[in-house]
Amino acid sequence: MERRAYYRNKVLPWVLIAPQLLLILVFFYWPTTQALYWAFTLEQPWGGGNTWVGFDNFASIFTDTRYWATALRSAFYAVCATAISMTVALTLALFVDRALKGTRLFQSVFVWPYAIAAPAAGVAFRFMFSPQAGFIGAVNQVWPGIWDPSTVGWQALAMVIVCHAWLGIGYNFVFFLAGLQMIPRSIVEAGAMDGARPFRRMLDLQLPLLAPTTFFLLIMNLISSFTDSFGLIDTLTEGGPVGATEVMVYKIYFDGFKGLDYSGAAAQSIVLMLLVISLTFIQFKWVERRIHYS
Amino acid sequence: MTRNWLLGAALAASTLALAGAPAQAATKFEFWYGLSGDLSERVQDVCKRFNAAQADYEIVCVSQDNYDNNLQNTIAAFRANKQPTVTQIFDAGTLDLMLSGAYLPIGQLMSESGYQIDWSNYLSGIGSYYSTSKGELLSMPFNSSTAVIYYNTDALAKVGFAGTPSTWEEVEDVARKMKAAGYDCPVAFDPTGVWQWFEQFSAIHNQPIASNGNGFGGLDAEYVFNKTRFVDQLTWYKKMFDEGLFVHKSKAAGETANDAFINGTCQITSSSIADHGTFGKQAKPEVKWTVAMLPVWAGTDRKNSFVGGASLWTLKGKSADEYKGAAAFFNFLATPESAEYWSTVTGYVPVTMSGFEAMKAKGFYEDPTYKGRELAIESLTYGEATENTRGIRLGNYVTERKEIGDAMARVLFDNVPVQEALDTAVANGNALLRKFEKTYQGAQLP
Repeated sequence: MERRAYYRNKVLPWVLIAPQLLLILVFFYWPTTQALYWAFTLEQPWGGGNTWVGFDNFASIFTDTRYWATALRSAFYAVCATAISMTVALTLALFVDRALKGTRLFQSVFVWPYAIAAPAAGVAFRFMFSPQAGFIGAVNQVWPGIWDPSTVGWQALAMVIVCHAWLGIGYNFVFFLAGLQMIPRSIVEAGAMDGARPFRRMLDLQLPLLAPTTFFLLIMNLISSFTDSFGLIDTLTEGGPVGATEVMVYKIYFDGFKGLDYSGAAAQSIVLMLLVISLTFIQFKWVERRIHYS
Repeated sequence: MTRNWLLGAALAASTLALAGAPAQAATKFEFWYGLSGDLSERVQDVCKRFNAAQADYEIVCVSQDNYDNNLQNTIAAFRANKQPTVTQIFDAGTLDLMLSGAYLPIGQLMSESGYQIDWSNYLSGIGSYYSTSKGELLSMPFNSSTAVIYYNTDALAKVGFAGTPSTWEEVEDVARKMKAAGYDCPVAFDPTGVWQWFEQFSAIHNQPIASNGNGFGGLDAEYVFNKTRFVDQLTWYKKMFDEGLFVHKSKAAGETANDAFINGTCQITSSSIADHGTFGKQAKPEVKWTVAMLPVWAGTDRKNSFVGGASLWTLKGKSADEYKGAAAFFNFLATPESAEYWSTVTGYVPVTMSGFEAMKAKGFYEDPTYKGRELAIESLTYGEATENTRGIRLGNYVTERKEIGDAMARVLFDNVPVQEALDTAVANGNALLRKFEKTYQGAQLP
């Protein structure tokens, strides 16, 4: 199908896209160019002036081993949160799709966590996971000192990842369920008539047919793990203990807003932006084109 | 033609606006501050008192929740030319502002508005923190505090200690006896409490944090705290922590050190004197407590502790009338009555000598509710000041505070050797200082 539309009036198309264009200009291009400029200068926080330093800011973050540790931690965070969230969501969606008792109820219940703002969830989880008072902290009654995310780095990181995954389940669930329900019944029923059990039908029919949805969600989840983890980490751990939960976006916040190192934070933002852009590029270039069943 | 028409319209509009306004409208100006909760209410009270005391100016006081937020929001507003006339900036944010040239020095503001303020009346430690190297005060001292140590008196009595420990040796002894007597948490410790556990320790024991008199001598200072008595102090913290005499308390752990103290969970905590008022209101009725100056190691020639808290800065780019209002507000704050009121309702120290003497003469510190607050003044003025006790004037210090907190946490929780952790913090800190120096290339400390 031809996707192009023709307008006789040369002005009208511009007017039609103007609102969107204006939004992008004000909220994306303007701040981004500002950040780009700062990334190549040393900017005084109160705006007293700046000096051009070329690639110095990038050189200093790339030679900083702690920056690489933060980047690796972000990658680990993204992979784990995405894997947990998507696996759980897919399992739930498969069950709900099978029209079990109470399916209608579950369809709406499973979506709810997505409606909770990350900072609010963070506060709730902080209480639940608190080592000295929380619900999970009760394990310390049985095995003293076994659970303490306030001092043990990997436990804090695990806690944040689990919370992030939990928040994303609703979103993934909706897409998986919609994807499953798009699969023609006749295919699944044909499989059933050939004697395939539900598990076999899932492996051989449903999962391959869900591939476009899965790849879409994969990219969306990865991007969200890189950019949306801030609210959760800020309320749960503030990047601690000893930076064990400091991911890229949190480091940008701390360096820029608390540490008033605008230039270092700007350079890190540019790096993070390029990372997200490349993920989006992969999504558009390969995933949307190649994986296509009809 | 068009221009005339525009001019006419503008004139008409301004006449209308003038006519519409009440004849003697008070000049409004904004004051942003970084306190919340109970302390925010007290600031609002001060503002109401100022507005009630005169009719020419109206101060609008806006809470920005905490010091960090207030600093960030003020900077953002300043860059967009929407800044408040007066803003409250905390100790660690002072240097950036000092170098920015975005402020009006308080002395200039007051003398231009025709007020005479005796700056020598301000407590020397407080004055020098916010002054130029030549002694000119740049901002108005407002909420000043210092770190002290709080003891649960019942716990002290139970282990048979009369009075309060004044040396770390005694603290160790008392803590060990408390543990033996069945107290699970003798001392509440939070490694993010860099201010009381590191900075104040260094000042009182006359140990440098950085060269150049902790940065007062120039932007080329370097951190040196990996070679001072703090190395032994952190080693001691670690020993106490491993023996269970120091117990980790923080927001992430479920209860802050101060909450653990006023709930009776922990028996000793170190915090700001400003919490004296809060403790009085919030401590559980069965928790009996008292306050003392921070301990020193036996045989130490004790020096003054650092001033903490924040001061009020007047920002550039406002109208002459607003500056007159700000000057009137500062003059109001400097009156002994205001100083006394503020110190009474909060726990912050009176910032002037005359304010302190007046309160002492009145018997304020005899009142059981306020008893002990005078120790903060004693701590702030103890001994002869040295270049290590003047204050901290180091770039990017907020980030370095976090580095030092991380160093303490690594030693305590991850068993990293003390020297290694401090060396790392110093190396990272020096990189921050060099970056700061480069950002303000050619700038001189005022």
